[in-house]
Amino acid sequence: MQLTTDRPDRRAAREDARRRKARRGVGVSALSSVIVIGGLIALVVTSKGWPAVQETFFSWSAFTDSFPEVLRGFWLDVKLFVCVEIVVLVFGMVIALCRITNAAALYPIRLLAIVYTDLFRGVPTILVIYLIGFGLPALELSGVPTSPVILGGLALALSYSAYVAEVYRAGINSVHPSQKASALSLGLTNTQSLRLVILPQAVRRVVPPLLNDFISLQKDVALVSVLGPLEAFRVAQISASSNFNYTPLIAAAVLYLCVTIPLARVVDRMQARSGQFGGAGTVR
Amino acid sequence: MTKVPVIEVDGVTKAFGDNEVLKGVDLTLTEHNAVALIGASGSGKSTLLRCIDLLVEIDDGDVLLDGEVITDPSCNLVDARRRLGFVFQAFNLFPHLTVRENVVLGPVHAHGRPRAQADEEAHELLKRFGLDKRADEYPDNLSGGQQQRVAIVRALACKPRALLLDEITSSLDPELVGEVLELVVELKAEGMTMIIATHEMSFAREVADEVCFLSEGRIAERGDPAQVLGDPQQPETRKFLSRLLEAGRL
Repeated sequence: MQLTTDRPDRRAAREDARRRKARRGVGVSALSSVIVIGGLIALVVTSKGWPAVQETFFSWSAFTDSFPEVLRGFWLDVKLFVCVEIVVLVFGMVIALCRITNAAALYPIRLLAIVYTDLFRGVPTILVIYLIGFGLPALELSGVPTSPVILGGLALALSYSAYVAEVYRAGINSVHPSQKASALSLGLTNTQSLRLVILPQAVRRVVPPLLNDFISLQKDVALVSVLGPLEAFRVAQISASSNFNYTPLIAAAVLYLCVTIPLARVVDRMQARSGQFGGAGTVR
Repeated sequence: MTKVPVIEVDGVTKAFGDNEVLKGVDLTLTEHNAVALIGASGSGKSTLLRCIDLLVEIDDGDVLLDGEVITDPSCNLVDARRRLGFVFQAFNLFPHLTVRENVVLGPVHAHGRPRAQADEEAHELLKRFGLDKRADEYPDNLSGGQQQRVAIVRALACKPRALLLDEITSSLDPELVGEVLELVVELKAEGMTMIIATHEMSFAREVADEVCFLSEGRIAERGDPAQVLGDPQQPETRKFLSRLLEAGRL
């Protein structure tokens, strides 16, 4: 009797307490954000060199002057990024498949795939770009492209395919062996099991890490500038050095962020979704 | 009427490292018959079934399917597997495919049936077992009992010569066991040839023509279900059954 009469009161009290706690939480986080961010801004703005920095890095007129040209350069980045990404997705899968093959006749191919991934994951991307960009044309072989854009793209593709191959391989290894047993028991061949059962599950699982690699590729496209093509960073650099103002570099940075931040949010969402299915579990 | 042997297991041995799981197993399964394999966990029931379906390579002995030695190295593994159906303890449905796609995968890709015909046959089978309304769902959205019934349908869709059932109710909640066992009883009534590894003794008694008790890698006792389960002759069989009785599983 007493319990039933007490219950509504207690529930109201509890809800009240919860609301008070939530309100206090919002207040505290707002206050601490203002203090921390405001403090940092104050620190920068009141520093002795700030007026000079503001003029050389954040000049609005320099920004609007250089922006159209930097944007044109950025279009080359986007084209290069898309082309390299497609090559990487395909070539990375080929390398991953070479690494998991256990047919004796294909041993040399497996060995090559291992050497390839070790080599290109181990060497800094910028070095690969230098070596391919300046070394390959120096061989003077007929038929070898000499365009710095193509050579730079080739170097990026070689470097990133090694990473992506390892991501694919991890995905393939994460599919439980019982799935293969199940496919074989239906009378599918090894190749069919891989193509119809293992790979579709593996690829779904590695979409978030693959997108992470996309984001870093999107940034690393700027490294191709060392070979001379007029992409966003190079254009910004030229503009900066001719006007003694670094604001064009900020313009380039803003353009990169316009692509990488939305991509990062997509990755977050996909990771959250794959978590719903139990992490390593089934992702559809 | 002479009984046609479908599967013959002759002196099969299998060791994983130092662990000898099968130490010489003989077994004959004749057409339209069902053999129940019973025995403690780890006695080799699953390994024996996997050896017959060539999912595990045997060390010694032979497995014959319709008189052909399928464990011969020159024999085509894939071709032999196409003639057998296997149902796993943990269902092993393909999570990225719908129920219908799970069922037609074997007929289309392993048996080269036209897609339309395979779809039609899949629909018939699913309908027969009350699963047609779930055809476009993914396995994760089904109950364990439904998933296992789909797994059985998936094996049946390939029209196997014999079905190998590996403890198909062991990972089900108790209230879901019945629907799966009923389906097997139905298949038996239609004359399906089966080897059934199971812990459900009353089910073995109902559906099997012969019960084989597997103990320490050998078949310790075999015979009529009523005799083996009701009046076991070997001390190991008696011990195993009395333990089940104590656990309230008999």
